[in-house]
Amino acid sequence: VSALAIAVLAVGTYAMRSAGLFAGARAMPPRIATLLALVPAALLAALVTTQVSGGPNGVAVDARLAGIAAAAVALSLRAPFAVVVGAAMLVTALLRLAA
Amino acid sequence: MRSSYRTTALVLGGAAGIVGVSFGALAVAAGISPLTACAMSVIVFAGGSQLAATSVLAAGGSPIAAVASGLLLNSRYIAFGFAVAPRFAGVRARERALAAHLLVDESAALALAQRDPTEARGAYRASGLAVFVFWNIGAALGAYGGNALGDANALGLDAASPAAILAMLVPQLDSRRARAAAAIAAVIALAGSLVLPPGLPVLIAATAPVLAMMIPPRRSFLLAAEGAS
Repeated sequence: VSALAIAVLAVGTYAMRSAGLFAGARAMPPRIATLLALVPAALLAALVTTQVSGGPNGVAVDARLAGIAAAAVALSLRAPFAVVVGAAMLVTALLRLAA
Repeated sequence: MRSSYRTTALVLGGAAGIVGVSFGALAVAAGISPLTACAMSVIVFAGGSQLAATSVLAAGGSPIAAVASGLLLNSRYIAFGFAVAPRFAGVRARERALAAHLLVDESAALALAQRDPTEARGAYRASGLAVFVFWNIGAALGAYGGNALGDANALGLDAASPAAILAMLVPQLDSRRARAAAAIAAVIALAGSLVLPPGLPVLIAATAPVLAMMIPPRRSFLLAAEGAS
């Protein structure tokens, strides 16, 4: 059963991954192109939100929130990528250590 | 970003590898054999969905519920595929078929951060491959090594991924509409997380650009307080 479940998950996932890559390669109307240009901002914002707030019961508030705030501060100071990620991890880990 | 995407790809790969370790350990704890867990990581290659499906099984859920939650979580790849597709215009079908398997949050985000299509595909491949290699090594370590490595969350590793995505989001916020789309999407994702299964809120949030398009590109009384750009 679990092998079949994994196979279905794998095939379904590949189908969804390739759908946009193949269908999206066609020329599209400017209005759709403008719309799609906004998709990354929306999806990335949604991913940040769910990854920071995600928990077993839908939403959970924990040290990650302080970590992402530290990352935002680092970004506003134009810190390099590794510093931004490092700041988030450090603040999160320190808060958990203190708790 | 231009010349440093390889470093970024390695950092993202390393982070994925550590999540991979926790997946491997969780899968074995849920009664999946180490070999099956490794095979799953290679052919599904979508961390969130693997963790989701495994935790549903571990919690006693049916295989159908496990697969459904995994597929829901991965449904965002449809939108990601459409978003990166312009960077793959004119690329041979065989190459695109291979690239499709490397479509993960990291590769999509890094490709979208590059304006030039050639640079974008380079960043996509580098990050997709780095995540693929590290993810599978991590999963194997976790599956065969068990829980010897301790709690990854104590090191704040669950904050690494959202921070990395935030770093990629900021350069995208280059217009009023983009900022509005991001804000609307964040609200939808948060509200959706309260009532919907994991994965679905992000998919619904991908419709935020439709609402953002109602905002005029230059002037808007709604966002006038932001100041002129």
